[in-house]
Amino acid sequence: MKLELRDITKRFGSLVANDHISITVEPGEIHCLLGENGAGKSTLMNVLYGLYTADEGEVLLDDVVQHFRGPGDAMAAGIGMVHQHFMLIPVFTVAENVMLGNEQTRSGGRLDLEAARAKVNDIASRFGFHVDPDAVVEDLPVGVQQRIEIIKALSRDAKVLIFDEPTAVLTPQETDELMGIMRQLKESGAAIVFITHKLREVREVADRITVIRRGAVVGEASPTSTDAELAAMMVGRAVELTVQKGEPTYAPSSLEVTGLEVTDARGAVLVDDVSFTVRGGEVLVVAGVQGNGQTELTEALVGLAAGTVAGSIRLDGTELVGRSVRGILDEGVGFIPEDRSTDGLVGAFSVAENLILDRTNAPPFVRRGVLQLGLRDEFATRSVEEFDIRTQGIDEPVGQLSGGNQQKVVVARELSRDLRLLVAAQPTRGVDVGSIEFIHKRIIATRDAGVPVVVVSTELDEAVALGDRILVMYRGRVVGIVPADTPRDVLGLMMAGIPAHGTEAA
Amino acid sequence: MSTAVETPSSAPMSTDLRRVAVVSAKSAIAYTAVTAAMALLLLLVPRDGDVRYRMGAEGDAVRLPDVALPGMAVAWVCVAIAALVSVAAWALLRVQRKPSVWLGILLGVVLLVAFLSWSGAGSQQDLPVTRLVGGAVLLSVPILFGALGGVIGERAGVVNIAIESQLLLGAFAAAITGSLTDSPVAGLVAAIVAGMLVAVVLGVFTITYKVDQVIVGVVLNVLVVGLTSFFYSEVLVPNAERLNDTERFKPIAIPVLSDVPIFGPALFRQSLLVYLAYLAVPVVWFALYRTRWGLRLRAVGEHPQAADTVGIKVELTRYRALLIAGGVVGLGGAFYTVVSVSSFGKEMTAGAGFIALAAVIFGKWDPVRAAMAALLFGFAANLKDMLSLVGAPVPSQFMLMLPYVVTLFAVAGLVGKSRAPAADGEPYIKE
Repeated sequence: MKLELRDITKRFGSLVANDHISITVEPGEIHCLLGENGAGKSTLMNVLYGLYTADEGEVLLDDVVQHFRGPGDAMAAGIGMVHQHFMLIPVFTVAENVMLGNEQTRSGGRLDLEAARAKVNDIASRFGFHVDPDAVVEDLPVGVQQRIEIIKALSRDAKVLIFDEPTAVLTPQETDELMGIMRQLKESGAAIVFITHKLREVREVADRITVIRRGAVVGEASPTSTDAELAAMMVGRAVELTVQKGEPTYAPSSLEVTGLEVTDARGAVLVDDVSFTVRGGEVLVVAGVQGNGQTELTEALVGLAAGTVAGSIRLDGTELVGRSVRGILDEGVGFIPEDRSTDGLVGAFSVAENLILDRTNAPPFVRRGVLQLGLRDEFATRSVEEFDIRTQGIDEPVGQLSGGNQQKVVVARELSRDLRLLVAAQPTRGVDVGSIEFIHKRIIATRDAGVPVVVVSTELDEAVALGDRILVMYRGRVVGIVPADTPRDVLGLMMAGIPAHGTEAA
Repeated sequence: MSTAVETPSSAPMSTDLRRVAVVSAKSAIAYTAVTAAMALLLLLVPRDGDVRYRMGAEGDAVRLPDVALPGMAVAWVCVAIAALVSVAAWALLRVQRKPSVWLGILLGVVLLVAFLSWSGAGSQQDLPVTRLVGGAVLLSVPILFGALGGVIGERAGVVNIAIESQLLLGAFAAAITGSLTDSPVAGLVAAIVAGMLVAVVLGVFTITYKVDQVIVGVVLNVLVVGLTSFFYSEVLVPNAERLNDTERFKPIAIPVLSDVPIFGPALFRQSLLVYLAYLAVPVVWFALYRTRWGLRLRAVGEHPQAADTVGIKVELTRYRALLIAGGVVGLGGAFYTVVSVSSFGKEMTAGAGFIALAAVIFGKWDPVRAAMAALLFGFAANLKDMLSLVGAPVPSQFMLMLPYVVTLFAVAGLVGKSRAPAADGEPYIKE
């Protein structure tokens, strides 16, 4: 089936998320939509899928104009979507998820689970993998959950398939397998829309590439373009894809973690016997697929862990386990949390207020319980300039800033204290390329000042670019600690829990 | 620092998280505490004489002989068993295992027998076992309907605090309609409509206008209490004979089943509404777990956005669920005015709706378990009546508290790990 989007425009208030976007996807073709986070790719796909109504423009299937009032209509017309955040009911079985919304019943209104099971097995075997139809979805690895999403779409005879950032949660191996599945789908005549911001993947599978920037199409690119060309189109200027950094010069300070364990209330050991050392002047990147204990590790480092923490975290010889968050901050630990909107910032507070959020317990910003507003504003003005925070003023609520600028507020706040350790969790997630460059530079500057730095990243590119050494986590355990120049395929296997030879003992 | 790495080794790591057993001493402590409390009661307030359990009534087809036993002796034997159960719980804890549900039930039963034997010792009155069971079933009917309605609503993602108001308005509507038509069936229908009416209001505010569900529920409760109280004193009292004097359902004996000793008369010589309650539990279970309607409803309560992406209309599904739930709760309200007594009284539901809410949580959002919880609460309420019948030496105020204490303990300590539907209480807002 041929898909055509004509002049789609979607506005949210004054923001134009999609500005007259037109693309065509032919059957048997993988069409890549490339763009930064926030460029409007997902909005466009939600319009196509009937979740949003376009303000202008039309969707055509085989040259027939469609009027979708909801996802049900889009599905009935043959459009299937594999969502970035899986649209599966975690407590349902695979078969129940696949049948949901499209249920067959037997006499007495009973659900026909047999038919659903058969359908799951049938579609899975077409692609050469197996999924237990009676497994409960939340017990399955994310890679398998994604396949269920694909099965779900195919079980409704989708002829147009949309993959929305499908590789974000996958290991490199799983990504390769997904690409294989996409090629198979293409050969069977499906029209495929592949949304991503990862250049490598685009060049690997795309037949055509449309680049979107700030809600508008900036042009088509050929799959033979280089990374630099694609990145330049995506960002609108030439970008440096590598991080400039020299050999580490070690300082005497160090972070020593030994036998760290975090156990949640239900007895799952989320961080399992993790030991490592980071020297001053060095960046250790904690890599791994999302959800393998990295979050809990960073939370333990700053005293925020929800479960019970055992083991030892020593910063220059001082034990941090068992201390309060305040006590740990006072030891000189800077923390860039994984999710800035829930853990890093108070959205309704101004830029200035957010910049002193963790310093309201003592002078200089608070004296005798009274905020020193003059000093605060002076400090905020300086920070905004130094960290290139694009804001209408230090009084603007931080929630109105773009993702990249919000993150810069967090970075500015954390780096403006005298640090003895920096913990940065996913420091560039959902941040535009320009801000990524800047944040990377600041992290390297902190390293060069002799501070031990721990960066958590699920992006292999970032891990390799920033790290002096890379620690790979899998199911809460350390797979190995390897140099940053380790081949990508070895790192990829490590992320799937297969240790490499000659790695440091975990 | 390590040296360069070339090839991955072939031994992958385990794909599972390591797990450590978490067994809390909660049940063992609770078991020991209640056993000790019972023993203390027997030591401090000993009572002489026999306890007489009446096992049947005149005219039963098969009548078991009544049993007379020395009350204190029976109670002490029971406490001894309870002590053994507690020891077993501690022993299980040592080997990192949880006591099974049956152990808990055993403990509950023996302590109950101990308490009854102690209360009834030396009393002039027999303890009628049939009424102990039958009364429990009867009193649990409104709680059961309320809990079933609660389960349906919450499974769809709408917390229904307004069960109390649905019961009350149901009772009110059934009283008026039943009186005007002289037909208890008409009263039943009116009660269903009344429950749905409250559900519509709840739905408009929580689903369409996305107001906090708890707040709307509380407001509705207060509103219905006010409305019914006003109309009761202004309209019903002056016209009591015409508007507030219903025909009640007559008990119907089910052949054969009603002749089973003890349980027959208790369970199968009841009125139509009680049989409807028996029927409602499996019907709701089947509908929730085996039909398209149930699958979609649960999907909406767990992950409304996912349901939306497969073409399920989230708000419509929630409205429908609330309406059906309202009808079910309304049925329970009819109990008060066409089964229990034949007239409406101010605030006559007396918190049964909140007990039903507790039964929903205690029953882990499952219709069968919630019904069991409702039975338990009904039993506690009935125990109060039974104990005053035999003149138990416990102040009646404490007796009145009993169902609420049971509720509190049940909800706080004994629920164990339960998980509410993930989107329970969350309005669905499209991004």
